[in-house]
Amino acid sequence: MKILVCISHVPDTTSKINFTDGDSKFDTTGVQFVINPNDEFGLTRAMWFKEKQGASVDVINVGGPETEPTLRKALAIGADTAIRVNTEAKDGYQVAKEIANVVKDGGYDLVIAGRESIDYNGGMVPGMIAEMVDANFVTNCISLEVDGSAAKAMREIDGGKETVATSLPLVIGGQKGLVEESDLRIPNMRGIMMARKKPLTIVEPVGASVETSSVKFEKPAPKGAVTLVAPDNLDELVQLLHNEAKVI
Amino acid sequence: MSVLVYTESENGAFKKTAFEVASYAKAVADQMGTTVTAVTVNANDVSELGQYGVDKVLKVSDASLNNFNAKSYAAAIAQAVKNEGAKVVIVSQSADSKYLAPILSVALEAGYASNVMEAPTSTSPFTVKRTAFTNKAFNLTTIDTDVKLVGVSNNSFGLVEKTGSATAEDFAPSLPATGVTVESVDKASDKVTIADAEIVVSAGRGMKGPENWGMIEELADVLGAATACSKPVSDLGWRPHSEHVGQTGKPVASNLYIAIGISGAIQHLAGINASKVKVVINTDPEAPFFKAADYGVVGDAFEVVPQLIEKLKAFKAANA
Repeated sequence: MKILVCISHVPDTTSKINFTDGDSKFDTTGVQFVINPNDEFGLTRAMWFKEKQGASVDVINVGGPETEPTLRKALAIGADTAIRVNTEAKDGYQVAKEIANVVKDGGYDLVIAGRESIDYNGGMVPGMIAEMVDANFVTNCISLEVDGSAAKAMREIDGGKETVATSLPLVIGGQKGLVEESDLRIPNMRGIMMARKKPLTIVEPVGASVETSSVKFEKPAPKGAVTLVAPDNLDELVQLLHNEAKVI
Repeated sequence: MSVLVYTESENGAFKKTAFEVASYAKAVADQMGTTVTAVTVNANDVSELGQYGVDKVLKVSDASLNNFNAKSYAAAIAQAVKNEGAKVVIVSQSADSKYLAPILSVALEAGYASNVMEAPTSTSPFTVKRTAFTNKAFNLTTIDTDVKLVGVSNNSFGLVEKTGSATAEDFAPSLPATGVTVESVDKASDKVTIADAEIVVSAGRGMKGPENWGMIEELADVLGAATACSKPVSDLGWRPHSEHVGQTGKPVASNLYIAIGISGAIQHLAGINASKVKVVINTDPEAPFFKAADYGVVGDAFEVVPQLIEKLKAFKAANA
């Protein structure tokens, strides 16, 4: 089985979010970038397939050279090769189109992406890739088994979960639950050394069009101070929620 | 030219989000000087949609669609969009709509803006405000394609009632082979889901153990709320992953979010930033959550929550 794992290069989950250039660009000053957490669950599941079922695992990112350390980390975790599509990621459609092109040429059986990235939260790239390459698609995926060309997946739905039967070629949008958090891997020294020698291929973009444009960013209005209510005066809290906040 | 909206139903009855996206579609149609067409799948009584600004309903009735299937649903909606010549397509941000939207976007060559919070700031260029960085910021986005697809965040726009009525007609799209077959669904039908909930009651490690969740569920019951939890709680297995709220869990955009025994890590706060009113109950007055909260009680959850349940019951009885 040939697996491609899509890796978003995103600010660490604890990053303070600021903007620059008239609030038109994300300010990367002092920000540590990591593998998108949803993608990390997917990468770990791909490693399981590699070790238990003999799959090959490539990772891909659409972005400039600044994303290479994130791809190298994925290689250090155990991916075989990395691909960087050499263009700035501008919207979900463009990213999906560039990846779909690699998927078609590479003959991948399984594409694992995170259900969404934690920067733009679009949640569209995996579904778009599936539609572009005419593969089956399951998102919010919390378990995946593959047997030959048949696959069984579980996905989270509002208020529960659903088990589905499907087949390869398949694209999934993975998330927490796909593997246990305790199974996530931290690259060890051997992995880091080996990653240096693994191929990182730079692919020129096909020049996919962009369908949406970011105009500017805004930060939420600063928050007023909290209104504290004494624990022995909860009638006041009920009244505040009813009369002032009007939420009950 | 109309605005087309997909209004979700479950077991024949509309979800509340169906009326919210219909309200949103009406606002967009008013801005553009056009009408609203809704697509329903196996919904029983569609007349209610008229009360939220829908002019026409295309009713799809097909037993093969009783279980949600993203590809089939997207195909049905895409055909309706083409038949109607709709230029703007509105969906909710339920798990199902988020599943079908990217497929629909490619099928229609429609630029897709997800997690949209407000009516468009402009319809030419078509500009919407969406959340980004897991609710730590907003992004003004233009959709540059001829047909535009908008995913409206639940509880962001609210319900706007109108005095109208909708005409209904049957619509029978041709459906593709699906490739994904639902084998089983495991869902608690009597529980309010986090996605639909106007009020969410969430608890953290301060509850000390899963055996203490009874009062959290009772508080949620009194308020008609969904229950949720912080990441450590789901990691410890005290509560299911599906209740974990935060950056790698579920985002919450409720009207009221009550956090009990949760200190307020930045990843958790990101997940609940879109909620309108936040109440924090915590023994530690230095807990970072108090900086993000509207109302706070510094106190022991084991004393505060049972009292709050009694006060709310009394309030409900007095206001019934």
